[in-house]
Amino acid sequence: MFLAWRELVFARARFGLMGGVVALIAILVVLLSGLSSGLVNDGVSGLQRLPVTAFAFAEGTKTDSAFSRSTVNVNQAEAWKGRDDVGDAAPFGNMLVNAKATTAAGTQVPIDLALFGVDPGSFLAPAVSDGAGLGDPDGIVVSKTVLDEGVGIGDTVVIDRLGTRLKVVGTTGDQRTFGHVDVAYLPLRTWQQVRAGAGPGDEVRDGAYEEATAIALRARDGDRIDLSGGDAAAGTTGMTLKESFSASPGYSAETSTLTLIQVFLYAISALVVGTFFTVWTIQRKHELAVIRAMGASTGYLMRDTMIQATVILTVSTAVGFLLGVGGGTLLTTTPMPFALEAAPLVLAALLLVGLGLAGAVAAVGRIVRVDPLAALGGQR
Amino acid sequence: MTTSSTSPRPDSLRPGARERGGLLVEGVTLTLGDGDATVTALDDVHLDVASGEFVAIVGPSGSGKSSLLAVAGALTTPDTGRVLLDGVDISRASAREKARHRRDRIGFVFQSGNLIPALTALDQLRFALDVAGRRAGDGHDPRELLDRVGMGHRAGHRPHQLSGGERQRVGIARALVTRPAVLLVDEPTAALDRARSDDIVTLLAHETHESGVATIMVTHDHEVLGHCDRVLSMVDGRLSE
Ligand SMILES: Nc1ncnc2c1ncn2[C@@H]1O[C@H](COP(=O)(O)OP(=O)(O)OP(=O)(O)O)[C@@H](O)[C@H]1O
Ligand SMILES: [Mg+2]
Repeated sequence: MFLAWRELVFARARFGLMGGVVALIAILVVLLSGLSSGLVNDGVSGLQRLPVTAFAFAEGTKTDSAFSRSTVNVNQAEAWKGRDDVGDAAPFGNMLVNAKATTAAGTQVPIDLALFGVDPGSFLAPAVSDGAGLGDPDGIVVSKTVLDEGVGIGDTVVIDRLGTRLKVVGTTGDQRTFGHVDVAYLPLRTWQQVRAGAGPGDEVRDGAYEEATAIALRARDGDRIDLSGGDAAAGTTGMTLKESFSASPGYSAETSTLTLIQVFLYAISALVVGTFFTVWTIQRKHELAVIRAMGASTGYLMRDTMIQATVILTVSTAVGFLLGVGGGTLLTTTPMPFALEAAPLVLAALLLVGLGLAGAVAAVGRIVRVDPLAALGGQR
Repeated sequence: MTTSSTSPRPDSLRPGARERGGLLVEGVTLTLGDGDATVTALDDVHLDVASGEFVAIVGPSGSGKSSLLAVAGALTTPDTGRVLLDGVDISRASAREKARHRRDRIGFVFQSGNLIPALTALDQLRFALDVAGRRAGDGHDPRELLDRVGMGHRAGHRPHQLSGGERQRVGIARALVTRPAVLLVDEPTAALDRARSDDIVTLLAHETHESGVATIMVTHDHEVLGHCDRVLSMVDGRLSE
C-alpha cells in the first residue's frame, strides 16, 4: 500500500498512458455493446416480445431461413395443444412486405413491414398502448417505431403489387421489429390472403386458409417444452424462441461479428495491461531486488502491484464507460440501431477489469523470480 | 557437511561474543557458478563482529567481499559453515525465514544508496518501517533519524533531487531506522569524492557506536579505514587480519 500509491503518483504519466488506452478501449466496448443491443432489438425485438416459448416449423426446416421457408398446417396446433407441457399453441404467420402508407396529411410514405399474422382471439394477439386491438379483417396493430415514419392511427397502408388495403387501428407501446423491419400484426386470415398472393376481389386458392409459418408454443409453466417429443407427435421441427432468432434476417452475421470484435477488445485490453505491468516490473527489477533485500515478502510486493492494477483499471474503465455512455446517449436519438442496457454494460465492465487483472497477475509472476542478491553490486 | 567437520578457530572468537550479541561467521565456504565455471567465492571464512563494532573489509576486485556480505545478510546460503546473529543461525533458514531475519535484524547500505525513485527521503525511511511491519515507536522516529544523519532539510526530496553523498546518508538512515542488529555496507563511497567519502564513513562509525549495531563495511577506499575499529583483508575468498 505504502509504495503502491506513491508510485502511482510518481509515475502518473506512465500509468496515465496505460489508463488512457484502457479508457479508450472501454469507450469502444460501450459503443459496441450499445450497437449489439441495438441490433438485437432491431433484429428480433418483435420475436422477443411474443409470449412464446418455442416455434414449431415445418418438418426439416433449417434455422437460417425458417421464417421465410416454413409452411405448416394450422391443424398441427391441435397436436401441440394436447401435449402436457404445452400451455397454449396457435398458428403464427410471418412475412416481409413493401407497402405505401397514406398519412393524414395526404402524403405517401413507403414503408417495409414484417407482417405477423395471428388469430385475434389467441394468446399471440398484441396488447396495444394506443388505439384498438386486432379484430377487423383489415385492421393492423403496428410497432410504435412505425410512428417515427410519420404514420399514425387511422392511416391506410396499401401493400405493393397486391393492393391489399389495411388500416392502422392501434400501436404497441414498445419497439417491435424483425430483421430491422417494423412489425405489423394483422388477423391470421388476412395474412393468409396476402401470403396466397390474393388481392382485393381475387379468388383465394384452395388450402390457403390452412397455412401458417409456424405453430407458436407457450409452455405450461416455466420455459421447458419437450420439443422432440412434440415434433414426433405433430410432425414439425421445434426451435426455442432463442434458436429462432437466428432465423431473423442478418441476425447471426451481425451478432457474431460484433461479438468477435468485442472478444478482440477484451483480449487487447488484457494484453495491454499485462504488457505494461511486465515492462513496469522489468524496469523496477533492481528496485524490487533492493526491497526484497530489505526483507519484503513476495506477497507484499505482489499486493502492491495488484493494488496499482486495480486502481488503474477501475478508474480508467469508469472514465471510459462514463464517456461511452455519454456519447452513446447521443446516438440513441439517431436512427442508428443503438441501445444502452445496464446488464450487458455491467458485464462488460467486469470483464474489462477482470481480464486486466488477469493480465497483471501474469506480470506479477516475475516478481517471484527477482533475486534480492541483485541488490548488492555496482549497478546504479 | 556439518560445522563440526570444518576446523573452528577459537582464537578468532572473542570471548563472550554470543552473550554480547553481534555477528558470528563460522567456517563459511561458498562456491558460485555451475559446471566447469565454478568459483570459490568464500573459502573457510571466520569473522566475529561485536555489537557496536565497526569492521572494514578490503581486498581486490573479485576476492569475495560482496559474497561475504550476501552470506552474512541472509541473501545466500553458504555451502558449509554457519552465520549466527545474536546466537541464532540464520544461514540455514528457508527463504521466507531469511526474509524475516533481513527485515527484523539486518540493515543494508548499498553502493550509491539504491533508494526507491518514487519516494522522498522521509518516505524511504517510513517505507523501510512499513516493510518491516513496524508500528510507530517500534523503530527510530524517521524524522529524528533523518535529522541525525544531516538530511532533515531534504526530507521532501526524491533521490534524483539529491547528491550522491546525500543519497548515501538517506540510505544509511533507511538501513538503521528499523534498529537492526547488523549493518552490512557495500562500497558506500564508490561514487563519492574524498571529502564526501570521509563524511559518510564518519557517519557510519558514529552510528555504529551510537546504535550498538555490528557493522561490516566493504570498501576499496583505503583513505577511510582510519575510522574503523578493525580492518580485515580478503584475497581469493580468504579473510585475514
Ligand atoms: N552469480 C555468480 N556466478 C558465478 N560466479 C560469481 C557470481 N557472482 C560472483 N561470482 C564470482 O565470485 C567471486 C567473488 O565475487 P564478489 O562479488 O564477492 O567479489 P567482490 O570482492 O565483491 O568484488 P568487487 O570488489 O569487484 O565487488 C568473483 O570471482 C566473481 O566472479
Ligand atoms: Mg563487490
